[in-house]
Amino acid sequence: MSTPTIATGAARSGATTPLGRLRALSRAEFTLLMRNRSAVITALFVPLLLPFSLYQGMREMDLAAHGLSLGVLMLTAGIGFSLLFAVYATLVATYVSRREELVLKRLRTGEASDAEVLGGTAMPVLAVSLAQTLLMAVACAALLDIGAPKAPHLLVLGVVLGAVLCAALGAATARLTRTVESSQVSSLPFLFVTMLGSGMAVPTEVMPDRMAAVCELLPLSPAIRLVRDGWLGTMSAGEALTAVATALVWVVLGVFAVRRWFRWEPRR
Amino acid sequence: MDISKGEQVIEVTDLRRVYKGGYEAVRGISFSVGRGEIFALLGTNGAGKTSTVELLEGMDRPAGGRVRVLGHDPYGERAAVRPRTGVMLQEGGFPSGLTVAETARMWAGCTSGARPEAEVLELVGLRRRADVKVKQLSGGERRRLDLALALLGDPEVLFLDEPTTGLDAEGRRETWELVRALRDQGTTVLLTTHYLEEAEDLADRLAILHEGRIAASGTPAEVTAARPSRISFELPAGHLPADLPPLAPMGVVGHGTEGSLLRLHTCELQRTATELLAWAAAEGLELRRLDVRSASLEEAFLDIAREAGGRQETPGTGQAIDQGTARKTEKAS
Repeated sequence: MSTPTIATGAARSGATTPLGRLRALSRAEFTLLMRNRSAVITALFVPLLLPFSLYQGMREMDLAAHGLSLGVLMLTAGIGFSLLFAVYATLVATYVSRREELVLKRLRTGEASDAEVLGGTAMPVLAVSLAQTLLMAVACAALLDIGAPKAPHLLVLGVVLGAVLCAALGAATARLTRTVESSQVSSLPFLFVTMLGSGMAVPTEVMPDRMAAVCELLPLSPAIRLVRDGWLGTMSAGEALTAVATALVWVVLGVFAVRRWFRWEPRR
Repeated sequence: MDISKGEQVIEVTDLRRVYKGGYEAVRGISFSVGRGEIFALLGTNGAGKTSTVELLEGMDRPAGGRVRVLGHDPYGERAAVRPRTGVMLQEGGFPSGLTVAETARMWAGCTSGARPEAEVLELVGLRRRADVKVKQLSGGERRRLDLALALLGDPEVLFLDEPTTGLDAEGRRETWELVRALRDQGTTVLLTTHYLEEAEDLADRLAILHEGRIAASGTPAEVTAARPSRISFELPAGHLPADLPPLAPMGVVGHGTEGSLLRLHTCELQRTATELLAWAAAEGLELRRLDVRSASLEEAFLDIAREAGGRQETPGTGQAIDQGTARKTEKAS
């Protein structure tokens, strides 16, 4: 810091673009994700291991009576776990951590928009979740004899809506979380409710009617349903529309909550 | 050269900021900063410096009043302002798990017209630390990294919130040189500091904030010129302040005691000092701990704090003398 010569003839970069900024933020965030051991375990391994815990319980259900197959249910649960752990739970901790380190505040002093800052942080875990989904789909198709998806467009729609929703809800949950440690607690309600009620561990078809009707309105239920029935091809157009509309309502609510209440810096 | 008649890069009018819960941190301040000027906001902790700078940076919407940076509203017209400003927050803001180089690369990807990262790291003396993680940097090194990134896009306007806090004396001087060099190239700099000598040495103009209001502003010379100079000394044992010749004819505008020390305030330092010393010589007295000093920014600053403190005190709470001094000083100025 000895010679304060400021001007140089060195080449400068051009004006930034939204995509360029998103890429720069995602790249940094991916490096951080890979250096964080507990995040790697939560995001990478938990979603791949948890489906096996459901295997025994599902085998004892009378699935055939509802036109379901064990293989597709396992795959659906795996994709659900990926959304919950790789995307939602990891993002709650990450947003809280970046906020408490004042990273979010510092980024907002720059050119990136709020959506780019939050999106750049979410991008690596979204990519991880997508990779897990593809891996599980290929593995299940090859090993569990479930054939090819009958309505792949619904399946893709379910994965995309689920991922966006989990990212938005992750940011919303971060708003309610003070420290990285407490994010392990604050993310539990959504994890449990989704695992039990959204058709991951127990298909809603096996539930009493009234309970099933309520469970189908839970945030991640439509996405899970689209994934499962997209593979099975058992969804009518009306059912598909209802599911997409329900999912969209949750996405809009989540995005609204983040825009309205998200906290960009620690409490003073 | 009257810099204030040039283009106004920052214009602040009757600015107010109120936090949730009702605390009013900024209570109606106005100032402007011309292109190529270094403007310092000076104040104690809690005076409203950071609250003000954050409004200029566009981090929050003002509760009242108006801010314009380069002719735009920094909060509402973020996209128009951000590519032309550089910001250094009061504290950190970089992921502790990234290295210096990775942090700079991330920031460069979000900065229009970014110069090569190595170049700005060189500028602040961090190039050799490029592969060190942010969490392993010292407090001073983190400040330098922050400064480097604020400079990355060659901003027209630079906001520096306590840029030298945590730096050692040498690091502080180096930062000052850098800021001056930037100013000489036409960069407009708004900085906050609670180091008085930093404001005095570096700023073309400054404002002293106190409890969310501007208590004094102008060039460092103007701010100090409005303040009385000070003579302090100890009378020999057996002599009382009442033994002094009449003070007003000597040009003394206020006085007080501080332990055994007697303090005189004057706007005509040479005349008062001459007459005091002539009196002492004639009486054959030795004035011990004699200290004669012109008004400094420090004096001005302490006066402002004392005046405000005095105003808040209820009479007869054991600080009667200081209060008396403060009142007189206040009247005089």
